[in-house]
This record gives sequence, structure tokens and C-alpha cells, in this order.
Amino acid sequence: MKRVGICAVAQTTYERNKWHQRFQGMALEVLEQLLAATGLDFSEDGGINTTVSCSDDVFDARTISDNAMTDVLGAHFRCEEKVAQEGLQAVYYAAATILSGHTDVVLVMGHAKESQSASRNMITHLAFDPYYTRPVGLDFLAAAGLQARAYGLRSKISEEQLARIVVRARENAAKNDRIQDLAQVTAEEVMASELLADPIRDLHTYPVSDGCVGMILASEERAKTLTDNPVWITGTGNCIDSFFLGDRDYAGNFPLQKAAERAYKRAGITDPAKAFDVAEISDQYAYQLPMWAEGLSLCPENAGPAYMDALGKNHGPAVNPSGGMLAGNPLLLGGLVRAAECALQLKGEAGGRQVPDAKRALAHGVMGPAGQFHSVMVLERD
Amino acid sequence: MKKNRNVGIVGVGQSVYSSHREEVNQPEMIHEAVVEALEHAGITMDDVDCVVHGNMELFEMVHQPDLWHVLGTGAWGKETLRVTTGGTTGATLACAADNLVASGLHDVVMAIGFEKLQEGHTTGGITNMADPLWARQLQTGALTGMTAADMITEFGEERAKKASMIYRIIMDEHAMLNKKAHRRLGLTMDQGDDLAKTSPALVGELRMIHMCSQSDGACVMIFASEEKAKEIRKGRRIAWFKDHITAHREEMFVLFGDAPVFTTHRYAAQKLFERNGIKDPVEEIDVFEMYDPSSWWGSDWLREFLLFDGDEALKLIENEEIRITGKFPVNPSGGVIASNPIGATAMVRVAEAALQVMGEAGDHQIPKDVHQALASGFGGTLWTVLMLLTDEPPH
Repeated sequence: MKRVGICAVAQTTYERNKWHQRFQGMALEVLEQLLAATGLDFSEDGGINTTVSCSDDVFDARTISDNAMTDVLGAHFRCEEKVAQEGLQAVYYAAATILSGHTDVVLVMGHAKESQSASRNMITHLAFDPYYTRPVGLDFLAAAGLQARAYGLRSKISEEQLARIVVRARENAAKNDRIQDLAQVTAEEVMASELLADPIRDLHTYPVSDGCVGMILASEERAKTLTDNPVWITGTGNCIDSFFLGDRDYAGNFPLQKAAERAYKRAGITDPAKAFDVAEISDQYAYQLPMWAEGLSLCPENAGPAYMDALGKNHGPAVNPSGGMLAGNPLLLGGLVRAAECALQLKGEAGGRQVPDAKRALAHGVMGPAGQFHSVMVLERD
Repeated sequence: MKKNRNVGIVGVGQSVYSSHREEVNQPEMIHEAVVEALEHAGITMDDVDCVVHGNMELFEMVHQPDLWHVLGTGAWGKETLRVTTGGTTGATLACAADNLVASGLHDVVMAIGFEKLQEGHTTGGITNMADPLWARQLQTGALTGMTAADMITEFGEERAKKASMIYRIIMDEHAMLNKKAHRRLGLTMDQGDDLAKTSPALVGELRMIHMCSQSDGACVMIFASEEKAKEIRKGRRIAWFKDHITAHREEMFVLFGDAPVFTTHRYAAQKLFERNGIKDPVEEIDVFEMYDPSSWWGSDWLREFLLFDGDEALKLIENEEIRITGKFPVNPSGGVIASNPIGATAMVRVAEAALQVMGEAGDHQIPKDVHQALASGFGGTLWTVLMLLTDEPPH
């Protein structure tokens, strides 16, 4: 495929409760950084001519949640379209609008404030159909509990291994200046934390967070004029599985394998285990990091737990140097933040969490109960 | 900018539109339209690479409903995208499908717009779009009487009321030709004066009879690359996606009191016509499927889309030139006033325009060759999506 360049990336900090900022304030903070980095504006002649936003009506409690954002997303008589799906999909769609030849510079902006709702489970409960599965009380946490149990039986992952994943995520997060107020924990604390949906414990779970992330995408020609170190999107792929949990093999990785296959094929990657310097994986719960690593073919099936133990000692990519979702990114923006982190790594702008000489990176997003939908992206630099 | 490759519309499917589709759930209702679109194109789900889905979550209170709807959309194992932009959603879905095919990432993309408004509270859902601190107390859902008041001020009460009623009755005549339309009332021109007085008032002179419905329904369109489109349609006419433009604007409808508002409709039309060399839209465009939420807005917006000043658009209505047999047919399907499943509504405009180009609109096919068709979507705070379809590969 032709190349689309990520020219600039900006993020607010991710915090438990940004009570002092509305959605628009968070977006303005990000937008101003992006405009300063690229020198772009919203002029008709060569400016940003399309915005792809990402937010969710239920999380925002606003019908047409992007309606509130148009003022700060430059949508004055301009094209603005909202991806109401996992955030990495906004990057995929923005890249498609450029590849179509319809536009050449796109602003991508995603926001979410999870602190506004009493419980995220209340929101994800609404993703279930009102006839059969909602009355049972399912939400994404409960569905993940079922999957964690099934994956545990298959991979034999231990409580200690799960705890080490959380400890490591928080150690990495300490080097990430975008993550605020996240305490370091010990493996013992993780193993002693409250059970939320057996076997998922409180500290296995991605923390509630508020934040906003944006990037500027451009066609290859424009990207080279907007930045010295563009990051190229060379492969995308996604896949949706069936809906009812009983219809699915949720101990397996069918939709993720499909999504990854598509992205690798478009990027011309044949040996994914050796292809990447960085992999940013959306781990909403600790069990997901080894499970998705298997699905992404970074390691063989059932080797996920051992792969996690060997991180840093094997020859694979640096996995979640940002801390991952376990360090706290909003559910909706998981994959979008992963792509932003990959882009920062490839641009050499990742600060304290920089992986030396990173050339190719893998970003992953997930949505739906027990990983029903996955999205994968390959990013590279020259 | 040059489009990467041509995109053709190869199939259209619509569920029946009705106030209550209680016999089907959401995925089942979508499935009706999916099956019809596949049959219309003459392909199976195996030929579809990507499924694009959209609606407004708070109308039915289902979070990311594409996850559940996979039971009816046929998207299992495929690539998907979910895009929503309020009332414009359906048109945005068509633009997204066009972008995805033109990008070269996918050869065949299915776009699905749906809403089951019966399952929620539509006016409550729309009121919820307003800022909770500043505007929600003032919002009356989609009901705004401002345009009626403005038109009465500009053209006088008698003329304005008469024109909007002629518009309304012509739309109903069209809906009577479309078996899928939700409201088919069988109105006749001699009822106009009476209806203008007796129909229940909603806001000022915006009355029940002027206003669009709340409907349940789904619309599906299938888009394909030029090569695939020709292969699929086997010599049948193809509606080509020539160009599209989206213009959004700020959150507030009116910021500066009585200052004249430059509408996104006019802006989008100016840009689109300029880009495609259209000098006289009434002459050069054969049919217009317009997102007309009420007969007041329909009458007023014709002026914006056709770049008229003064009362030229009003004359078009008064002379009944917007009828299916007229000089400039508007909404031969009956338009939004007849059927309004919000997440699908704007796509129905594109789908109906495509059917006209294909010559396959059935009883409401306009009685002349359609070479060029215009379709509009409306949503948010006066947002516009405008698109141009043609009967020849455009690029």
C-alpha cells in the first residue's frame, strides 16, 4: 500500500480524574501542541482539511458527542467525521481518507473522561443485547473474567506471572511522563488485591482514566514537508468476531489472528516475532498481554506466559514501554494511544521510555466483550 | 486532489420503514436490508471485504451496537468501521465507504445505517446533544420553529405557509409511490389550507403535518471499485460516486442574534459545484434527494443548495416543478418527512439517488434519464454532507 505519514503526536496526561478540564479543554491542549509542531492551521489553502475524531456518546453522555468538539477541532465549514469505535480505527480511517485521494492532511483526535460515569461496567453493560445477555448482568469486565479463566486453563498462566505483568507495567509507566498518579505495586499486593471477576483482580485491571490524544496524518508528499521524521503507516487490519460468547471460542485468538494477518500482509511482514522493535499492545487486563502476544504471533500458542517472563532477555520487540493500558488509558482510546506511543518511539521522541533505534512498531487495539473486535497497525520509519 | 480510483454503487437494500417494527429486533431489521442489498447487487456476503456501520447510541441505549449487530450485518470475520456524525451519519457512512474503496484497502464495502427510534425517546435523545450547562434547558429536540418564523417574515404569512404546504403535499404524493415509505397519507392539494390551520402546532408555525416522522428502519449500500463494479453489475447501469463534501460548524445554531447566517448547505454546494464544473444546478442535475426534516426546512434549504437568492426556490415549489414529473424533481422517494430512521435517513438519500441513476427506483423512478443526481445529509448543528452521483465513471 501507499504510505501515509504521522507527522506529529500529542497527548494530555492520563489521570484518574481531570475534574478541572472539560472534553474541549483537553482537546484544545492537544490541538495547540499539534499546530505548533507542524505549523499547520485550518486555512483552505494547504491547511488541515479533514478531522477524524474519536469519542463515544454513552461515555460522554452526549448524543453526537463530536458536536461538542467542533469548535476546538477546526470544524468550521470543514469536514469532521467521528469514529465511534476503538480509537485505532480512527487512525485506520484517517489513513484511508488520505489514500483515497480525497484529502491530504488530517487531524485525528480522541477523547474520553471515564471519571464522569459511576462505573465503566454500567456503560459496557449497554453493549449487550437487551433480550438475552443484558438480563444476565454481563459487562466487559464479567466477559473478560470468563475469558481470563479460559485462557488460564489453556496457557497455565500462574497468579505470580499475572502479578509480574502488572508490576512491570507500572515500572514502565514510571518512565512515561503522560501517566500521572499511578502507584508502584509489588507482586504480593497484586495477588492480594480484591477479586472483581474471578480470576481478574482489581490490580489486574486498567485504571479509570481521563485523557485526550491527537495526531496529524498526511500524504507522503505533504508529510515530508511537515516534519523531518515522519512515521509511515505501512499496514492495517482489523476483524470482528461473533457476538454471543457461547458462539465463540474466546479462549482462542481468531479475530486477532485475522486482524494481524491482514496488517502483516499489507506491510509485507512474514516473520512477526522478529519484525518489530516495539509492540504496544492493548492490555485492559493482565491476562490479555500474553494472550494477545500469542494472537499477534509474537510467540507461539500457549507460550504467552513464558514470553512475558523472558521480556528484555529475548530477541523480540520491547513490549509496552509506555506501561500499556494497565498504566491507565481510557477504554475507547487504548489502540489510539498505542499508535501514538509507537509513533513517538519511531520519531525518537519518547523521552524516558525511548527504545533505542526503533525502526518498526506494532500497535494494537481491542474492543467488545472478551476481545470481540481487534485492530492492528504496522508503523515504520525510514 | 485526484481520487485514487473510481467507486461505483452496485447494490441498495432497505427495510420497510415504520413507526413500530416490533416483529423484528435490531439485527433482524438490519438483516432485511442486508439481504435485499446483496440480492440487488447479485453477490453474497463472501464478496464483501469490509462493513461500515453507524447510528446514534443514545437513541436505543446500546453501546457500540455493531458488536451485537454482527448477528445481522454479516460482518463476522471481516474488517469493519463504525462512524457516526448525528443526522448526517448515513451520508458520512457513504463517504466512508467511498473513501475505503477509493483508498485501495478494500474492493467491496458494505455500508449500513439504521435506527429503531421506537425503542427509545427521540426528542430526549436529541435534546441530550446540547451542552448540559449552557444549552440543554433551551433545546427542544429536533423541533425548531425558527425557519417558519424567518420565512413568514421574509415572504409574508400567506405565501410562506402556502409554499411549505405545497412542498409537504408533493412529498406525500411521492411517498404514495414508494411502498417502503413510513407515512403515506394520501394528501391532496385541496386539503392544504385546512391542514395549515388544524394540524397540531409544535413550535410556532411548525406543525405536526410539516415535521418528519420518527421511524424504525435500516438502509444498506454496497460500494465497489470500478473493476469490481463492472463485474458485479454485468452491463446494468452503475451509479458512480463522483464527489462528496462535508461541512460542519460550531456547536451553537445562532451566536450573533439577527446576523445573517452563511449556511453550510450553501458553502458545500458552492464548493462541490465549483469542483465539478456545475454552473446551473437546476439544468445540470436531474434529481435531488434532500434531507428535509420538515417542509419548512425543505422549502428554505432548496434556496441554499441551488445557490438561489430571493424567492426563486419558492417559485420552483409554487409552480410544482419539484414534483417527480417536474423540471427539478426533489425527493421522489417521499423524503425525510415520509421516513426518518435517523442513522439511516441520510443514507436513504444517497441510496435513492443511486437507484434513480441506475434506473431501478421502481414506481418512483423519474420519467427521464438520470445522468447526474445530488444527495444531501443534514445533522448536528446545521451540518451538511453533499454528494454527487453520475452514470459515467467520473475520473
